[in-house]
Amino acid sequence: MLYSEKVMDHFKNPRNVGVIENADGIGEVGNAKCGDIMRIYLKIDNEIISDVKFETFGCGSAIASSSMATEMIKGKPLKDALELTNKAVAEALDGLPAHKMHCSVLAEEAIKNAILDYYKKNGIPYDHSQFPDCDSCQHCN
Amino acid sequence: MKIYADNAATTKMSRRAIDAMIPYMEKVYGNPSSLYTIGQEAAEALESARQTMAEHLHCMPREILFTSGGSEADNQAILSAARLGEKKGKKHIISTAFEHHAVLHTLNRLEKEGFEVTLLDVHENGLVTPQQVKEAIRPDTCLVTVMYANNEIGTIQPIGEIGSVCREAGVLFHTDAVQAAGHLPIDVQAQNIDMLSLSAHKFHGPKGVGALYAKQGIRLTNLIEGGAQERGRRGGTENVPGIVGMAAAFAESCANMEETAKKLTALRDQLIEGLSKIPHSILNGDRTKRLPGNVNFCFEGIEGESLLLLLDDAGISASSGSACTSGSLDPSHVLLAIGRIHDIAHGSLRLSLSEENTEEEIAYIIQTTGEVVDYLRKMSPVWRDLQEGKRSYVIQ
Repeated sequence: MLYSEKVMDHFKNPRNVGVIENADGIGEVGNAKCGDIMRIYLKIDNEIISDVKFETFGCGSAIASSSMATEMIKGKPLKDALELTNKAVAEALDGLPAHKMHCSVLAEEAIKNAILDYYKKNGIPYDHSQFPDCDSCQHCN
Repeated sequence: MKIYADNAATTKMSRRAIDAMIPYMEKVYGNPSSLYTIGQEAAEALESARQTMAEHLHCMPREILFTSGGSEADNQAILSAARLGEKKGKKHIISTAFEHHAVLHTLNRLEKEGFEVTLLDVHENGLVTPQQVKEAIRPDTCLVTVMYANNEIGTIQPIGEIGSVCREAGVLFHTDAVQAAGHLPIDVQAQNIDMLSLSAHKFHGPKGVGALYAKQGIRLTNLIEGGAQERGRRGGTENVPGIVGMAAAFAESCANMEETAKKLTALRDQLIEGLSKIPHSILNGDRTKRLPGNVNFCFEGIEGESLLLLLDDAGISASSGSACTSGSLDPSHVLLAIGRIHDIAHGSLRLSLSEENTEEEIAYIIQTTGEVVDYLRKMSPVWRDLQEGKRSYVIQ
């Protein structure tokens, strides 16, 4: 099989699908031309992610990565969420095929962008090096 | 329910083809090049299969070369024409933008050797015209290669008319008939076809075997050097059971062609009608000038691989032209060639039917596809933006 059982489980029964109205932070990565877009919504209370939802346009592993990544940061402090790596997401899914690893990268970056959005909206100072530099991504080129 | 709707990828073998093959594995397993009885019996089976293929293609048996499949036949046809052209200083080839990769990648290889290739634009309905071919022919054109029916969108090209244009201009004409053979009438004489490729497993024959028809007088270039098999044009012991199975399947498909086409066309039209009711969906390829069993749609706001996985979960085997299923970052070159933009091409679905499919199955496919598309759209940020007017629909 192309995907692990865990990927299939998170793909077929995705956790945290949906929207948070008046979210504290929204992050989006990817584009329709590439065939994958991930959007993450965060509710933040006292620097803790009290709720998280996602919407994803993409393949099975993109949906599964979004589901797993949101599970991994739910209820966690922002600083922990910022440390989430794509590798950790892929490992939690019992691995992704090599050509699908970028899906886990999208999940990591969508979360970081949502946190960045929260910092910017609230005028909270942040360390630029902790956030993805979208100009360096060559995925669609 | 288990529904196989990917017959353009491959087909279930026919009982008759399997039965025809078995004796050539169990009893008559001799090498056709050997002179003892079971060798000579195998050689006779080979020639009888060649005769059958020739009858249904309307050519001479000596014009049939057995290959490992459609890709090999395409490669050999194109390379042979190129070598013949080269000798006369003719290094221009005409083809179309939506050929199979067996053709396109062979042409790429020739381009690197200094050949010039013109790929004709394909109209939005998935067709090229004889006029386009006529206008593209130059004094240095050595080959025109245009597929009979497209493997993704099923559109049927005016092969006979293109054949006439080429014959008049004195240019060799090859057609990749992998999707057409056994499904559409072929008469290489009436259609002025100089070379034609076909593959057994697309018409209920075995995998790993195909044929190249090359009109007498066309000197073929070997891809495989070896013994004197296939009159020296392809080395290697012949796949006798496979070839026998192919001939049996081809004869059966050709005999039932009209009846099968009638049944499939009705199922296809039922499916097209049902899927058209899904909002913001569009049929790819001409509505009627398409293979009797081919249906290909784009659904806005979703991605094809997730669609396929959920359909598979519901028991339906289908295919898509999305990047994720093609193994590259770009979606299907066929969909791009007919003018579908990337965003839309990622959300494509191909369903290719066989005579084993039923009306009940079609109804189930329509219902399930509708539900899966709806489910995926509900989690798609693209769909949300379309619904909220933040993005404009490409498919109305």
